[in-house]
Amino acid sequence: MRRAPAAVLVALALGLMPAAASAACPRASLPDIEGQVMCLVCGVPLNLADSPQASRERDFIERMIDRCRSTSQIKAALVSQYGPRVLALPDDSGFNAAVYIVPALMLLLGAGGAALAVRWWSSRGGGAPAPAAPALSPADARRLEAEMERWER
Amino acid sequence: MIRLRSPVMLAALAPALGLLDLLAYGVFVNQPERGIDAALAAGRRPAAPDLRLPRLGATQPVSLNAWRGKVVVLNYWASWCPPCRDESPLLERWQKKIAPRGGTVLGVDALDVTSDARAFMRRYGLDYPMLHDGDGHSQRRFGLTGYPETFVIDRRGRIAAVQRGTVDDAFMSRSVLPLLEERS
Repeated sequence: MRRAPAAVLVALALGLMPAAASAACPRASLPDIEGQVMCLVCGVPLNLADSPQASRERDFIERMIDRCRSTSQIKAALVSQYGPRVLALPDDSGFNAAVYIVPALMLLLGAGGAALAVRWWSSRGGGAPAPAAPALSPADARRLEAEMERWER
Repeated sequence: MIRLRSPVMLAALAPALGLLDLLAYGVFVNQPERGIDAALAAGRRPAAPDLRLPRLGATQPVSLNAWRGKVVVLNYWASWCPPCRDESPLLERWQKKIAPRGGTVLGVDALDVTSDARAFMRRYGLDYPMLHDGDGHSQRRFGLTGYPETFVIDRRGRIAAVQRGTVDDAFMSRSVLPLLEERS
């Protein structure tokens, strides 16, 4: 009868094993990876794509998630299958370099343009204060006072 | 009123023009190649682009020139493409038919997972040579717009016929059989 507690312990340990394995498994998520890779046929991120190739790419990612692969491991596996173009963030060579250069260039141009505009505007007297309104004549001041009293009633 | 030559206007126009140029360049470089179709329509046989791709499951690239002297039926396909499934048995049948006469079907599995492609080949019993183009970079040079597409290349490495869509026996008979009679 001593075997009964041992069997219970073994059963408990076996029952806990999947949970332990699950805890050790890096939880990569499909929606997370979908936003970081491209559907190569559609030319849009995978999370926006609905094509047979996109479905196959999703299946591949899910298989890797089931095998406990991390996000970076899955992305590396995708690159080994589809090449670096599968990554949503393009490389920095050739025409793709425009992705990095253009925003910086636009920022510089915008800043330069704003500086030029401010200089041009101030040189034309755009920044001078508006002239003060002329003072009311005593008659106008009385009439205004009367009108205000009428409105307050 | 803001004049056209004012610095504000110039500063606003310069980036906009730059963006337009970039957009035009992007559209231009992404246009599909239509030179092959135009040459064939004019009765010429354009030289096949120099394809260098690894065999499926390998890493070392091989050149299309390795098949120079043979009539090559170059077939772009992918395991996720339903029409490719319909076409595969026909291509395998033609491989058996043309191989003894100096011809071969040469598959290019594109934008596909290697294990999926292998499973597809096992399922349909394909045993002709197979190249792999994981990111599909080679297809632009052939002007591919979909899958499957097939290019018939003569013994001198020139494209003699193209089928943008599935092939059938009539196309293969018309396009491949006469080339087998030609000398290289």
